Amino acid sequence: MSILVDKNTKVICQGFTGKQGTFHSEQAIAYGTRMVGGVTPGKGGSSHLGLPVFNTVRDAVAKTGADASVIYVPAAFCKDAIIEAAEAGIALIVCITEGVPIRDMLEARIVVREAGARLIGPNCPGIITPGECKIGIMPGSIHLPGKAGIVSRSGTLTYEAVQQTTDLGLGQSTCVGIGGDPIPGMSFIDCLELFQADPQTEAILMVGEIGGSAEEEAAAHIAAHVSKPVVAYIAGVTAPPGRRMGHAGAIISGGRGTAAEKFAALEAAGVVTVRSPAEMGSALLATLSASRRR
Amino acid sequence: MNLHEYQAKRLLAEHGAAVPEHRVVDSPDTARTAIAELGGQRWVIKAQVHAGGRGKAGGVRIVSEPAEAMKVVTSMLGSRLVTGQTDRRGQPINHVLIERPSDIVRELYVGVVIDRSRQRLVVMASTEGGVEIEKVAHDAPDKILQAVVHPLVGLQPYQCRELGFALGLHPEQLSQLTRILSGMTRLFVEKDLSLLEVNPLAVTKDGGLICLDAKANVDDNALYRQPVLAALRDSSQEDEREARARKWDLNYIALDGNIGCMVNGAGLAMATMDLIKLHGGNPANFLDVGGSTTRERVAEAFKIILADANVRGVLVNIFGGIVRCDMIAEGIVGAVAEVGIGVPVVVRLAGNHAERGREILDHSGLRITAASGLAEAARAIVAAVTGVA
Repeated sequence: MSILVDKNTKVICQGFTGKQGTFHSEQAIAYGTRMVGGVTPGKGGSSHLGLPVFNTVRDAVAKTGADASVIYVPAAFCKDAIIEAAEAGIALIVCITEGVPIRDMLEARIVVREAGARLIGPNCPGIITPGECKIGIMPGSIHLPGKAGIVSRSGTLTYEAVQQTTDLGLGQSTCVGIGGDPIPGMSFIDCLELFQADPQTEAILMVGEIGGSAEEEAAAHIAAHVSKPVVAYIAGVTAPPGRRMGHAGAIISGGRGTAAEKFAALEAAGVVTVRSPAEMGSALLATLSASRRR
Repeated sequence: MNLHEYQAKRLLAEHGAAVPEHRVVDSPDTARTAIAELGGQRWVIKAQVHAGGRGKAGGVRIVSEPAEAMKVVTSMLGSRLVTGQTDRRGQPINHVLIERPSDIVRELYVGVVIDRSRQRLVVMASTEGGVEIEKVAHDAPDKILQAVVHPLVGLQPYQCRELGFALGLHPEQLSQLTRILSGMTRLFVEKDLSLLEVNPLAVTKDGGLICLDAKANVDDNALYRQPVLAALRDSSQEDEREARARKWDLNYIALDGNIGCMVNGAGLAMATMDLIKLHGGNPANFLDVGGSTTRERVAEAFKIILADANVRGVLVNIFGGIVRCDMIAEGIVGAVAEVGIGVPVVVRLAGNHAERGREILDHSGLRITAASGLAEAARAIVAAVTGVA
């Protein structure tokens, strides 16, 4: 088991024939992801990377039965692409693109919710169930099928967490990069609920960062609903207030959203926290061993 | 992107909110004309900088003689204003706002923000105007009133009335408040703002509501479709190195420490800064070189980091996902040789072809220490810098 995606997940790519779409679709196919086609308006009927190209997501869904879509279109077109996917009945939409305007996301989120779809991102690395399905830009080679559920607001910092859990032999059930934007699709809580219910996931690693209150909300959820061991790391202890640290959502505003607040909330909820990003994997291993002994 | 007070007020006025009669000046000549045109006995003179805390720092003055007004304007223009929110150098004053004073009875706060948890716009209001709203939120959260804006129908008049009654306004002032708040919400959406505050919103002796100070931020991701606002960017208010970095699509933020950082990915960049601190060092900057770590970009990143005279060492931390670390190593070696770096450099490469990358660094003949572990890299640079200092 895993969450959201597995070897049966049929994936299409929006922005398929573009540079990013082509490169990452090749990687996904090489990894073994069940890619079933792509969408590029105006190129319908042709074929790309040995797969059919469609003019619309609706056509692609009708012909391939796709249940997930990955979006690589430029930021200005993401709102349209997300809404097109949601209204065509795609269950899982993964938007990798960075730089989507906040207003576009406020609007797109409503449609996604109404359609009953799930959205991961934007501004994220994507989602991977090791050995089965890779949707996004993460390097497949560092992953190992296993027992850690990883959810993170970051990209390369997630790879760091993945590498550590792979090196320790823990492996990962599924890794979800929920992205660094202020208005994301799936939240920490959405992923925690799924990991809690997933039999393969034995422990959860949460990688947060400064800005907003998603980690505090996750802490409250964990205290009430998560019985599996959770380890958390928060990036940005040294970040100055009022400055946007690369990610659009990573900003301490009005003294709120600091790493200290988030660490405190998570610790109060019984989460094991680490101050060093080098210790995410080892802390998860130690916490898992301790919980087994109990 | 931040806007100046006078720019934000212009937008507010265009959307139906009352602002004091004013002139924006950038020279003694324009100031003289402005004072004559405004007339009256008293003038409010406000330094236009991208920073709060101007009042306490002497950036807002009320004068009652034209000669005094000229003196204040002349001393402000071309100088730098240091407030509690700026660095030690302060922000340059290139524009000054001269306004007619208002007869203030009460000071309120109103603002429009994006509520990240609700994923909605929220209009905020408080009776505690004229002070930092963050302080009110912290000390007396019950004094902050909120109205959640429905994205389909927008802010409704009833919501403005609810806020108005709670603020203790007279019934005849409610239509004014409704006009102001509806205008602010429309402005926020139309112009892709990420923050809009009027603080204080003054209640005047004659019962009017007038925007005395205004703050607006624009969503950087939406600047491409807001050309009028994009043209309002005032580069003089930004750190020179940060502006230079932006030209190269590098994300750079200057900090106070002495260990320069170059990292791919924003989260990992923050984590690297934190790790340096954890090992007893102090990061000099945040720098995300992004995905395409080419020789040119790395060289430019080194130049920006080393433009900070405090930097005594540089930690490069790259997690090669799909990009090959050996190619990155070659880029780093080329950049270090090109820039001619006199301080110790520790490079940590992980991921794709990392071992080959480290070999390239080790055999470069340059003063580069290759590291594989995160903690190892942080320890190495802190030790090297402590040794140098």
